[in-house]
Amino acid sequence: MTIDDKLFTVKYKPDESSHLRPDLEKCKSCKSKICTTICPAKVYEWEEGEKKLTVNYENCLECGACRIACEKNCINWEYPKGNKGVTFKNG
Amino acid sequence: MTEISNNKTEVIVVGGGPAGIACAVTIARAGHEVILIERGSFAGSKNVFGGAVYAQPIREIFPNFEKEAPIERLNIEHKYAILGNEDSTVISYRHKDTDTPSYSVIRGKFDRWLAEQAKKEGVIVVEETVVRELIIENEQVIGVKTELEEYYSDIVVLADGVNSLLAKQIGFRDKMDPKDVALSVKEVIKLDSQKINERFNLSDDEGCIYEIFGGPMLGMLGLGFIYTNKESISIGLGVGLDALCDRKIKPYELLDELKKHPTIAPLIKDGELLEYSAHLIPEGGYKKIPTLFGAGVMIAGDAAMLVNNLHWEGTNLAMISGKLAGETAIRALVKGDFSEKMLSRYQKELENSFVIKDLKTYRNLMDEAHQRAESFMGYYLEQVNEFFKMFTTVDSVPKRQKYHKFIFDFIKKRNIIELFKDAFSAFKLFWSILIK
Ligand SMILES: Cc1cc2nc3c(=O)[nH]c(=O)nc-3n(C[C@H](O)[C@H](O)[C@H](O)COP(=O)(O)OP(=O)(O)OC[C@H]3O[C@@H](n4cnc5c(N)ncnc54)[C@H](O)[C@@H]3O)c2cc1C
Ligand code: SF4
Ligand code: SF4
Repeated sequence: MTIDDKLFTVKYKPDESSHLRPDLEKCKSCKSKICTTICPAKVYEWEEGEKKLTVNYENCLECGACRIACEKNCINWEYPKGNKGVTFKNG
Repeated sequence: MTEISNNKTEVIVVGGGPAGIACAVTIARAGHEVILIERGSFAGSKNVFGGAVYAQPIREIFPNFEKEAPIERLNIEHKYAILGNEDSTVISYRHKDTDTPSYSVIRGKFDRWLAEQAKKEGVIVVEETVVRELIIENEQVIGVKTELEEYYSDIVVLADGVNSLLAKQIGFRDKMDPKDVALSVKEVIKLDSQKINERFNLSDDEGCIYEIFGGPMLGMLGLGFIYTNKESISIGLGVGLDALCDRKIKPYELLDELKKHPTIAPLIKDGELLEYSAHLIPEGGYKKIPTLFGAGVMIAGDAAMLVNNLHWEGTNLAMISGKLAGETAIRALVKGDFSEKMLSRYQKELENSFVIKDLKTYRNLMDEAHQRAESFMGYYLEQVNEFFKMFTTVDSVPKRQKYHKFIFDFIKKRNIIELFKDAFSAFKLFWSILIK
């Protein structure tokens, strides 16, 4: 079972704009790109060709790990709006 | 009520988890006005745990919960499983304790039930609302800002969980370090109750807990868990975020490995994934407890890092700290005094309770565990399985020769100096836990 299959079981109400805003300039010089590894929802992906970090914020489980792990401490991390984001039924 | 419509109340509690609900209900019972603000569409909808709740502390606040609350199973067995790559050693303690039991619950149902009780007792619960900021005037917290409005109050209690952005805003907390949290991923797997009963040797309504060491987490500060629900199994693991970063591990892949282990796989076989989830656990312990009070503000539960990770205790520390914050709030309201000095009573009460006493007892645990993770969470776990492998193998090699070889290898593989360091570390730890 892939992570996409797992995420398919989660109920989301995505917002129109992202609640996760890394400083994309800093990401360019980030060595570890650790957010792309530790995020349990594979929200962050590094596009080598475009040299750009994509943020699939709709998949975010709102755990907070990226906020703490970010190599450059550069993620402007907020909770989604009150009626948006993830709803766990079996947490 | 008129005051509430003027956006001013006596107490605002941020966060509808066990800490916030226990706090709000304590205050409402004393006849004071209290608003509980929760960002999820209902209490529990953002919350994830193992897990089990403990009857005794909940009874202190909701004496009838065992009859009324949505409970899954009463845990009658604790299993401690040490996994090798293929093999395992499992210690099991079985006892049907109805005096001080623990119950498996699902937070989406349980926290929601708690919040409904709080509503019945007069707490005004505002859902789907994120507190973005605390309002501060003359170094005193006087209210909160949500997306839509400002609410004012005499006291604000922060029960906003492990990420507590609000504690950070007012400088009660430093930036968190990856080693101060564990990242946890969990899967809830549907399985019919009969299969659960057979696989875990249970009757209906009886539950079993697995604490899992080693396996894919060998050498890392991490634990796996299994809890039985009525018609599902919760399986997951929590690993130090620092270890995940250092080793560049994807947490869900680690859980997949655990699920494949020959000791674990048969337990969840043919189950269907109901829901995947993730959450942080505060791991800093006593040394990382933030400032707990200030003028007009107190902080409880995970927001205050009050988790006893060795025992998987969190909801109980949350509820008791919430209750104690509530009791201090009541005193402050009666006196009309919301100063830092008045609210310092909360910290004293916490220090006199098991909450801080236990965290203090284990104050050195995380440091030692971090420093010696490779041995305590790796080498020795492997050796337990090695020992039983040697002990149970019948192969016509004389026993004394086998024992000698085991001891020789045990020392050689780890080397004498490291063994002494481990022993010293263990001694220091036991001393600090048992003596002072
Ligand atoms: C994997 C895992 C397993 C665990 N297992 C166990 C176990 O078996 N037994 C046990 O006792 N404990 C366990 N714990 C710990 C336990 O879950 C926590 O200690 C407990 O939930 C803390 O309660 P709390 O009320 O302080 O915080 P939470 O339960 O996290 O509640 C905080 C609430 O605040 C809300 N909130 C946050 N910010 C805002 C904001 N700005 N505005 C409005 N609302 C906000 C959140 O939506 C949430 O509802 C486990 C934890 C994890 C992650
Ligand atoms: S770890 Fe931080 S700096 Fe590095 S790529 Fe991710 S968000 Fe950017
Ligand atoms: S909060 Fe958690 S799930 Fe969301 S992007 Fe960060 S690490 Fe991923």
